[in-house]
Amino acid sequence: MSVIAEAAKKAQGAVQAVMKTAIANAPDGWIPGGVPDPLIRAKHGLVGTPVSRIDGPLKVKGAARFAAEFPLDGMVYAALAHATIPLGRIATLDTSAAEAVPGVVLVMTYKNAPKMAPPPLFMSNPKAVSGDNLPIFQDADIHWNGQPYAVALAETQEAADHATTLIEVTYDELPARTRFAEAKTNTYPGTFQGEPLLVEIGDAEAALAAAPHKVDVTYTTPRHNHNPIELHAATVRWNGDDLIVHDATQAVTHTAWSLAQIFGLKEEQVHVTSPYVGGGFGSKTLWQHQTLAAAASKVSGRPVRIVLSREGVFRGVGGRTLTEQRVAIGAQADGAFDAIVHTGTIGMTSHNNLPEPFIVATKTAYAAKTFHLDVEVAEMDMVANTFMRAPGEAVGTFALECAVDELAHDMGIDPIALRERNEPEQDPTAGTPFSSRNIVAAYRAGAERFGWDKRQAPGTRREGEWLIGMGCATGTYPYYRMPGGAARLTLTRDARVTVAIAAHEMGMGTSTAHSAVVADRFGLPLDAVTFDYADSKLPGVVLAGGSQQTASIGAAVIAAHRALVTELLKLAGNDSPLAGLKADEVAGYDGGLCKLDEPGRYESYASILGRANRDEVTVEAEAPPPLETQHWSMHSYSAIFVEAAVNAITGETRIRRVLGSFDCGTILNPKTASSQFRGGMIMGLGMALMEEAQFDERSGRIVNPSLAEYHVPVHMDVPAIDIIWTDIPDPHAPMGAHGVGEIGITGVAAAIANAVFNATGKRVRDLPITLDKLL
Amino acid sequence: MTPFAYDRAGSSADAIRLAQATAATHYLGGGTNLVDLMREGVATPDRLVDVTGLSAAIEPTPDGLRIDAAVRNTALASDPRVRRDYPLLARAIVAGASAQIRNMATVGGNLLQRTRCAYFYDDAAACNKRVPGAGCDAVDGFNRIHAILGASPACVATHPSDMAVAMAALNAVVTIDGPDGSRDVPLTDFHRLPGGTPEIETVLARGELITAVTLPPLGFGARSTYRKVRDRASYAFALVSVAAAVDVQGGTVADVRLALGGVAHKPWRAFAAEAALRGQPATAASFRAAAEAELADAVPLRDNGFKIELAKRTIVAVLEELTGEAA
Ligand SMILES: Cc1cc2nc3c(=O)[nH]c(=O)nc-3n(C[C@H](O)[C@H](O)[C@H](O)COP(=O)(O)OP(=O)(O)OC[C@H]3O[C@@H](n4cnc5c(N)ncnc54)[C@H](O)[C@@H]3O)c2cc1C
Repeated sequence: MSVIAEAAKKAQGAVQAVMKTAIANAPDGWIPGGVPDPLIRAKHGLVGTPVSRIDGPLKVKGAARFAAEFPLDGMVYAALAHATIPLGRIATLDTSAAEAVPGVVLVMTYKNAPKMAPPPLFMSNPKAVSGDNLPIFQDADIHWNGQPYAVALAETQEAADHATTLIEVTYDELPARTRFAEAKTNTYPGTFQGEPLLVEIGDAEAALAAAPHKVDVTYTTPRHNHNPIELHAATVRWNGDDLIVHDATQAVTHTAWSLAQIFGLKEEQVHVTSPYVGGGFGSKTLWQHQTLAAAASKVSGRPVRIVLSREGVFRGVGGRTLTEQRVAIGAQADGAFDAIVHTGTIGMTSHNNLPEPFIVATKTAYAAKTFHLDVEVAEMDMVANTFMRAPGEAVGTFALECAVDELAHDMGIDPIALRERNEPEQDPTAGTPFSSRNIVAAYRAGAERFGWDKRQAPGTRREGEWLIGMGCATGTYPYYRMPGGAARLTLTRDARVTVAIAAHEMGMGTSTAHSAVVADRFGLPLDAVTFDYADSKLPGVVLAGGSQQTASIGAAVIAAHRALVTELLKLAGNDSPLAGLKADEVAGYDGGLCKLDEPGRYESYASILGRANRDEVTVEAEAPPPLETQHWSMHSYSAIFVEAAVNAITGETRIRRVLGSFDCGTILNPKTASSQFRGGMIMGLGMALMEEAQFDERSGRIVNPSLAEYHVPVHMDVPAIDIIWTDIPDPHAPMGAHGVGEIGITGVAAAIANAVFNATGKRVRDLPITLDKLL
Repeated sequence: MTPFAYDRAGSSADAIRLAQATAATHYLGGGTNLVDLMREGVATPDRLVDVTGLSAAIEPTPDGLRIDAAVRNTALASDPRVRRDYPLLARAIVAGASAQIRNMATVGGNLLQRTRCAYFYDDAAACNKRVPGAGCDAVDGFNRIHAILGASPACVATHPSDMAVAMAALNAVVTIDGPDGSRDVPLTDFHRLPGGTPEIETVLARGELITAVTLPPLGFGARSTYRKVRDRASYAFALVSVAAAVDVQGGTVADVRLALGGVAHKPWRAFAAEAALRGQPATAASFRAAAEAELADAVPLRDNGFKIELAKRTIVAVLEELTGEAA
């Protein structure tokens, strides 16, 4: 066990290869998930039923209070001024006209901002959550076109906005790296989660050269910007030396810790809450605005509300970076892959570290004799790129799954058959067994329901002006569970339970789904459960990201529940029908505990606590370290089917049907899960056909920072979306469930591009697929 | 946004008088374009004169159907006379913006909406239209949505309106009132090409007010349509649009009206194509020849060369649709 214990510690940061092997080779029983969660077997509970969102009525009534809706006495409003050069220094700065605007309370720049440490960069520490690590308002340096350089505080938002337009600034410009073609002449290998983004198994180039069939093509994807409906916002105030932040964040605990580092405070001095978040997708982390609001509040002595403008989100919050990916596949005549090469370059800054890991899906997608996977970083001067729904997989599956389709077409093999031919028996690059992988079943179910057998040869199906085609692609996203999960459970004598965990509700139904899980675990009705979350004072370090929140909450609750049951059994003592039983031998049932295989041995919570003269029992427990992700290869999968229509005259593409067939373990709540799938697929549709942040390489400036010009799908672009799932539990995941937040977007762009090819006979390898590329 | 004063006019005369107050007074229609530009700091009026309270009637007159400038886009598109006699206009309007925007937008404001060129909107960019003499970042920048016809080195922006394209095809007449009296201007002469002064977009003089647009009768107006090609199914500006009405007698084009959107600094009446079509057989070959004639002088920029072929194809498709069996 000592090996595992030591590995557990190391799992906090980069896991060394030795430890990895030890974990991979350890007996299942030593690993979290080695014994299946008993809830997987329970068939009659709330889990798996379409419980409506608890927060739904509150949102409809306007009663759910978002970050920018906390009214504070004496509050002032903040507005930001953004730099208009990509690199250089502020030469002159005159804020006098801005300060003279009636109602203006403060104009803060690097000249009068308080001393602050640079924000801790994401992944530099388990609780670090900043998009970059540049010092904020500590010097005159400008690092990207759009960097905030002044904050105006005023009694009204209008006065603050106006003041920022009156600041006079001049710059000494430096030559900036804003052209990708130049930047990519000088690259270095990327690292992600402490490991190099490099896989070399055998000599892939030689195997490719020798293979009788091959594709070797380059795909490109543009920058994408985050556009959650709720603009990034925070309402902050100081209480003496304590900082209180009502934030819109997917990381309350991380934000509190990170802000504490910046302001030189103890972690407990910063209190962050975020009860409702209007969409995050990876963007609602720590960007400069929270720090600037807190700093300006400190200087002015007034509570501050900051809400970024839509343009402010484009300027100050990073999105998905651009990629150029080569995919080459070599195959035998029977379709078996000899070589998979997936290499390329992404743009990144020198002050962040997210080399869009587009090879992650390729590591586990197909069996092949040889692999060469590599992500190279080209440094550019731009806003720090960041996580955006399925970072890596969304763009990586576009390239990989188009290439598979190209190869299938060239070889005259059905693309699903080619995929089945190369279905791996174990993780093809890590060598670990799959915990649960039913992609073939998902394809078969999807193909039948979609009518895949009606697909015709490319360019042969026409209805009036419209060319019709079908395409498919595999989506995939890893099961992650980050270290740090912890939860507090409180059971009261009236058989009510409160879960407290610093998790997040961004509209995906976290509180609803987990209330149902907890109700089932305890054998209680849904309304007996209270879910307290989104507060940095609560237990746990739970990032709502990487689709890992469900597993993180699940594992923490399992641990706390076990501790609570142990405590209850102790309290029940020898006079109880449960006497002598251990925690693993009982289950929550009908408002009490019973023996697993003997429901007659039962005592209610009220009776146990009553006899023990206790009003309540509270326990807090930590989730075990997430060793399961190294012991098994754990992923969500999807088979995406698309029917596209391309106008033969104008090149306009309209999607007519989409079907997603998912394999994501137990579906905890069909209603909220389908919304996640559907939303992800719509985002994939936008990525395929229209999304593009236009980055002017002359200035390094995004020129379409508005939803009028930055296109996302409107209702008319979105057809009926059909969603099915295998519902096969993963025996090694809490509740048997995988996260469902990111898988939906993956595979969609490839399925659309493949359908467009089937409709027209044209391959578009450069996203988005706009009509000019099809004329 | 710069602070400003606000007045509401009760009559045209009232509006014109109020607009004399300062050099930076602007009329305010539905505000769907002007208020955006004020937020962006592109328009900086010190006074707004709200003209949405002026007459908003749609009435037949001896010269045609007279539409007051304050008529909302939604009201115009749903007027039964417009739908019956000028279907291309109704279709053009509903192809634009969103229902919410059309409910606010006025006829006067729609004609005067400004270009969607990204560099016009961004005060960090060079734009001769925003700051005369500053240069043009669009010529060598992102110009996928920009002009292929009638542009100048100073400006390659397009006029974004759908409604105005249909009106150009309909020989609409704009009635203008101002400190020096009233005048009528054909819509095709109302907007200007950029030349060396792209900041001057129309023939309106300072303080002049659009009071109405009149649509002369068009015998074959019922056989008309508007087709808009764009990057998503709705809520996107035209890359290319075509407004057309055709009169075919015995297989020959007796008369035709054709205008293009998304291709120039103004709604582009396709006079050359019309001339090439009159008296010709109503066939795909004549339509293509007419389209070629209209686009003979088209000049592509870095990103918008596709518009030339797209415009030709769309012209042909629209004419085929109007003259085909089903028409
Ligand atoms: C997101 C978005 C998408 C859009 N998509 C489309 C589209 O697809 N197609 C399309 O055609 N349009 C589109 N529009 C533009 C829309 O049609 C215009 O904003 C609208 O028509 C302007 O009318 P308004 O009354 O609101 O004008 P305002 O914004 O009030 O005014 C515009 C200009 O007209 C002047 N003005 C107003 N009335 C008069 C008058 N009577 N006399 C003299 N000057 C006057 C104002 O001073 C101002 O300069 C879109 C707009 C937005 C915001």
